[in-house]
Amino acid sequence: MYNKVVMDHFRNPRNVGVIEKANGIGEVGNPLCGDMMTIYLKITDEKIEDIKFQTFGCGSAIAVSSMLTEIARGKTVEEAKKITNKDVAKALEGLPKNKLHCSNLGADALHLAIQDYEDRKAGKKRPEAVRTEKHEHAHGENCYCPYCDIEIKEGSTFCEACHSNLEEEH
Amino acid sequence: MKIINLDQISSKPMLPEVKAAMIDAINKDYHNPSSQHKSGEAAAEALEKARSSVAELINAAMTKEVVFNSGGTESVNHAIKGVAMANAEKGKHIVTSNIEHNAVIRSLKRLQSMGYKMTSVSVNEKGRVNPQEVADAITDETILVSIMHSNNETGTIQPIEEIAKITRERKVIFHTDAVDSVGMVPIDVQKMGVDLMSFAANTFYGPTGVGGLYIRRGTRIFPLLDGGVQEGNKRAGTENLLGIIGMGTAAAITRQNLDKWTAHCLSLKNQLLKELPNYIDHYLINTHAEHSLPNMVSMSVQFIEGESVMLMLDDEDIAVSTRSACATGSLRASHVLISLGLSHADAQGTLVLSFGKDNTAEEITTFLIALKNVVTTLRDISPLYQKVSQG
Repeated sequence: MYNKVVMDHFRNPRNVGVIEKANGIGEVGNPLCGDMMTIYLKITDEKIEDIKFQTFGCGSAIAVSSMLTEIARGKTVEEAKKITNKDVAKALEGLPKNKLHCSNLGADALHLAIQDYEDRKAGKKRPEAVRTEKHEHAHGENCYCPYCDIEIKEGSTFCEACHSNLEEEH
Repeated sequence: MKIINLDQISSKPMLPEVKAAMIDAINKDYHNPSSQHKSGEAAAEALEKARSSVAELINAAMTKEVVFNSGGTESVNHAIKGVAMANAEKGKHIVTSNIEHNAVIRSLKRLQSMGYKMTSVSVNEKGRVNPQEVADAITDETILVSIMHSNNETGTIQPIEEIAKITRERKVIFHTDAVDSVGMVPIDVQKMGVDLMSFAANTFYGPTGVGGLYIRRGTRIFPLLDGGVQEGNKRAGTENLLGIIGMGTAAAITRQNLDKWTAHCLSLKNQLLKELPNYIDHYLINTHAEHSLPNMVSMSVQFIEGESVMLMLDDEDIAVSTRSACATGSLRASHVLISLGLSHADAQGTLVLSFGKDNTAEEITTFLIALKNVVTTLRDISPLYQKVSQG
């Protein structure tokens, strides 16, 4: 299912843990599809001096978190803001199409953590992270049908190609 | 290195006798069982011998009540769509449960798009259907009740005989998806009182890709596949004779050994349930304590996700199944587990363990040791466990 690079990051994830005195924390996630991620940042002189992650998720999610933290470590805040989910997937030498969905959390958590750092710097109080139950998918990334792999519109509830319901209620 | 297969519900190894029978059949170069000459008749004889064996396994009153096909999914599609089409003038209402296999759910959804109506009876928090609720759901328009015999995710067994008493009284056709039950527990279709029953050869150590639908004589049902007059004009198409011969052999041997093999699986299940708390904490058992398959345990390990567990155990050469959204590719947690009242997060950490006659007590212990390490590793990575352990 996964290539060697992904399996390496899954079996030996880098930068697992929390940073006690983090100055930027970003939490994203959704128990509905089974992936949640927290990124901890220690930023000094506008550079990411230390970065750690915690993840509840599949092999893909853990590998993405690990690779993301490797890419982001040592970067300036401005450079880190430019890291995208595609960058992470590319560094992992590709993920199965139906797992790209899992990879969407990585860069988002990092950007949220950076946002948290900047808000704290500006003296803003951030609202508590609300863990949504709705399946949100607004990252401007491509979506793929989990059944037939064909590219679908973001937020689709029905796949025309294989006639599958994507939001089945029972 | 030998892989410890604790995912037998997905695939069981074939019996050596089954393999031998199929290889023998390949070498015999059987002709088409429908041909009327000598070669065809020899093939037809082999086909009917297999049919007798399968009919005996389920105690069908007549051999011809067994119709061979490509497996459980085709059986379910045939039962549901065949009854719907044949009885459309009588009514268009179908009663089912909210924990059925996707083959049932999607067949019913297909019918819904064609104007049929459905009532889905909920299971209680232990995963069992209440027969009275089925009775209450039946109307004058109801033509079919479809409730599975055992659930493929939790192993829980439904009160089929009680439901059949109701459907016979109300004169409604009753189909049960027994794909994971036939060959695992004693099945007697006459005693059960069902009209239609889906089953598959691999559950009883036969080949995959072949199965059958039990159709009680007199049941009003159209074929799913139209064409030739094979299978008593109930399922067109030249039969998969190799698979069917394998299935017949598997049925005969399983019937002789059922009690012994069931007792063995049950002892492994009990060992697992008894020893588990010595290895991990924070888990839920979804399998019914009393009414469940002897070879299945469904457990939800909290704070971690199922596919990760499955991959790490795979690294240890242990095969298990998981019902997390990522692993099933469905983008959502299992509808079966949610119907039991599990939270989405807990449902994502669900492992389904299923045994067969060849699993051993040592393998269960090996699994438990590996599971402890895997769970510890994954909980160290998980933000949810962090939150819990901090209080």
